[in-house]
Amino acid sequence: MDESIRMTIDQQNVQAAAGSTILQAARQAGIEIPTICYHDHCTANGLCRICVVEVEGVRTLQPACVVQARDGMIIHTRSERVIRSRRTILEMLASSVDLSESPEILTMLTQYHSDAFRFPDAEARHPAVIDDNPMYIRDYAKCILCWRCVQVCAEDAQFTYAINFSGRGFETQISTFYEIPMPESTCVFCGQCVGVCPTGALKPKREWLLEMGYSPDEIMSLTRSQRQRRKRREENSPNPS
Amino acid sequence: MLKGEKVVPTTCPYCGVGCNLELHVQDDFIYKVTSPFDSVVNHGNLCVKGRFGYDFIYHKERVTVPLIRKQPQKPGQRTQAFDRSEWREVNWDEALDYTADRLTEIYQRDGSKAMAVYCCAKATNEDNYLLQKFFRAVFRTNHVDHCTRLCHAASVVALQMAIGSAAMSNTAAEVKDCDVFILTGSNPTENHPIIALQMKAAVQKHGAKLIVVDPRRIEMVNYASLYLPIRPGSDVPVFSAMAHVILKENLYNRQFIEARTENFDAFAASLEKFTPEFAEQVSGVDRQLIIEAARMYAAARNAAIFWALGIPESTHGTANALSLINLALLTGHVGRKGTGLNPLRGQNNVQGASDSGAMPWHYPGYQAVDNEENARRWEQAWHIEPGGLNRQRGLTTTEILAAVHPGGVRALYIMGENPMMSEPNLNHTRKKMQELEFLVAQDLFINESGAFADVFLPAASWAEKEGTFTNTDRRVQRVRKVIPPRGQSRPDWEIICDLAKRVESRLNRPRSAYWDYRHPSEILEEMGRYVPDYAGIRYERIEKVGLQTPVPTLDHPGTPYLYSERFPRGRAKFHTLEYIPNAEMPDEEYPFVLSTGRVLEHWHGGTLTRHSWMDDLFPEALMDIHPADAARLGIMDGSPVRVTSRRGSIVLRAKVTTKTNIGVVFIPFHFREAAANLLTTDALDPQAKIPEYKAAVVRVTPASEEELTAILESQPRGRY
Repeated sequence: MDESIRMTIDQQNVQAAAGSTILQAARQAGIEIPTICYHDHCTANGLCRICVVEVEGVRTLQPACVVQARDGMIIHTRSERVIRSRRTILEMLASSVDLSESPEILTMLTQYHSDAFRFPDAEARHPAVIDDNPMYIRDYAKCILCWRCVQVCAEDAQFTYAINFSGRGFETQISTFYEIPMPESTCVFCGQCVGVCPTGALKPKREWLLEMGYSPDEIMSLTRSQRQRRKRREENSPNPS
Repeated sequence: MLKGEKVVPTTCPYCGVGCNLELHVQDDFIYKVTSPFDSVVNHGNLCVKGRFGYDFIYHKERVTVPLIRKQPQKPGQRTQAFDRSEWREVNWDEALDYTADRLTEIYQRDGSKAMAVYCCAKATNEDNYLLQKFFRAVFRTNHVDHCTRLCHAASVVALQMAIGSAAMSNTAAEVKDCDVFILTGSNPTENHPIIALQMKAAVQKHGAKLIVVDPRRIEMVNYASLYLPIRPGSDVPVFSAMAHVILKENLYNRQFIEARTENFDAFAASLEKFTPEFAEQVSGVDRQLIIEAARMYAAARNAAIFWALGIPESTHGTANALSLINLALLTGHVGRKGTGLNPLRGQNNVQGASDSGAMPWHYPGYQAVDNEENARRWEQAWHIEPGGLNRQRGLTTTEILAAVHPGGVRALYIMGENPMMSEPNLNHTRKKMQELEFLVAQDLFINESGAFADVFLPAASWAEKEGTFTNTDRRVQRVRKVIPPRGQSRPDWEIICDLAKRVESRLNRPRSAYWDYRHPSEILEEMGRYVPDYAGIRYERIEKVGLQTPVPTLDHPGTPYLYSERFPRGRAKFHTLEYIPNAEMPDEEYPFVLSTGRVLEHWHGGTLTRHSWMDDLFPEALMDIHPADAARLGIMDGSPVRVTSRRGSIVLRAKVTTKTNIGVVFIPFHFREAAANLLTTDALDPQAKIPEYKAAVVRVTPASEEELTAILESQPRGRY
């Protein structure tokens, strides 16, 4: 932190500690760069690319959350190329993921004048809700693969390594090893993953039941076997039998 | 998507870490818990209990109306009433008048020695301060104790003997500043999950080296540089042998010893007999490992020792803790950041309940009851005539029950504790509970102890009242009312005040000790007037971030680590130690040593967690046994076994695992269907009066499915 570097962000002179990322330098100067997968308490991986910025003299757009700021950099966070990229990222997300519980991303869609239906032929992913434990549910139709849950389950917090990516490309999903039920995995149900999920894909079970129309009384009257029954969503009656 | 009506910050009610929570509420239903990522205690991380384990509040079996037993109970014939049909629902006036009448009658007949109370390390500082005030000021008894006696009593006694204080010297999060740390008699992954995360990060990210000394192969061994698999009860020889090596190899801190300690010469002489060879013979640990551990600890720039109940819960618990203190004094690894002597406290507020005087030998602030000056100070505080307070040390938790007989303790008041699960040798406890003349239970559920009571006072849960908890690193944090008390339940402090006033008027006391608090903040302020460590704490100062005691003045910033300049007793004292074997050693008839403890998903007697959905994750008692032992006895993973000690016998399923070592079996004590404490011994440490929970000897034999008391579909789990 002894050394400081100088750069220009959006025509503004900015000074920051050496080793800062572009995102940190910009935030410190009050310049807002949007983020989705980035979380202050997780290792940044530059997965979602919403934070891309244009750096003069660099061919490709740079993800601000992972790229280190350097002395003399000239950075544009709102150039046309940046805006177009962000808009497209948002449009692609909207075409394949259920963003209904991601208010921040929905706000961005409006801000960037994105057309949520730009890719009408895109295949949306709608895997069934996984209700395999008494603590939380996993609704991967809402998952944007930000990797936060995987990271807090690993070195960013818990060192438990219960979940990771499975599948490739479009089939990519967060999963336990061989998709075993969560209790049989190394999961300790700390819920660190639930705490960092930005889209409501991971949710405490009681919150989920409440949303489905169960009253608190009905929720607390569920027996152990009723709690363990899966795919409650398909049931019509909210009354526990 | 739920928006929720409000989000209220508060402090977790489970373990001593004291995680900061945010409770999300709709229609008085807490549907979600999050934690602020900028929390200084837990940095947004929680464990299963903190994140999901609060549903006991809404459990159907929770009692929210005062109850009196239909059938009057007689000493010796007292029975357990779990079924609500055996109780009569009454209003608060009737319940409190009845309680006041009975307590007054017994006090007037038999005097202060007949009255006893169990305070509660789950309740707030304010609740505990008031309950001990009630029994001391009104009934003039010091028979006031709580579960610290069954927990860290020996650590507290040892720390007071050697240093003059009784708390963690450093902050748990400082573990990242350690170069080396010793973890012994502690399984933080399950019992202090967030401290375990900090320890793992210290090893993985900050280059700290970990030495684990434990009879169980706990998960933290995966992160350790050295693992010393000691036999239960060989702590003093192992740690003294480490001191022996440090002394012989000239690795000790002469400057620190000269400047800040006393009794070094006698101590050094006493180490002669603790050779690594002797320690190897007693503990079963390779002498080279002991020597390496000694060098690693002594050579570190900053080294800390963390321990939990494996050290104190022994008939030589005080000596165990002293052997650790000796090590720290010998190397000068205390009084700086990243060093220290750190007993990890179990309960959310065991530190606070002890600070608040819920102990038989001390007024609040560890002021000895047999000191005239202290007694005078509290007589003034509570408007009592000079000489009015009892100057005799009271009985401890286990002694209180032992003293239940005509002419001894007749009336017992239990706030939130469950001795019928947590005391050792439960068959004996049961007899003693039956012999009581009057028993009051103040709790959320009719647990195994409350079922013996004459009157049940329904208390509000932690989410339904205001107050403070003091966590393991001495941080006083706010507990907030998030929802209104369920049914007719009331906060503990209100119940105590209401009852105390009724008793005072029956006794025609000329002046009240004062019970007209309008808010718990006034209670903490009263305590702070007489307890210097709490003098500077006010609710408005801890609204956002808690303060670490001592906080002597209103502008004091709190104390992250202790003893940088001096020890409370002046010079710290080395103690010479002897090796004393456990009260029971394995023999042909009882070849295994039984260790007891907790699992991640449950809490102590189970009053809360067995009424939570967490019970689904860990629904039945399991006995850990090493594969070699299991093979020899013909025991398969999941097959029923009978475990028998000299005091009792239980049947439960075996879990064949290398988590435990050969010759040692482990049983968690949460499950009434197979209560581990039926087996444990009530042999006590002579100084701290703590029972030897960690080393009863048992026999293990295969049993049949029919012998299991509860047959459940077992829950396969993949966690370590």
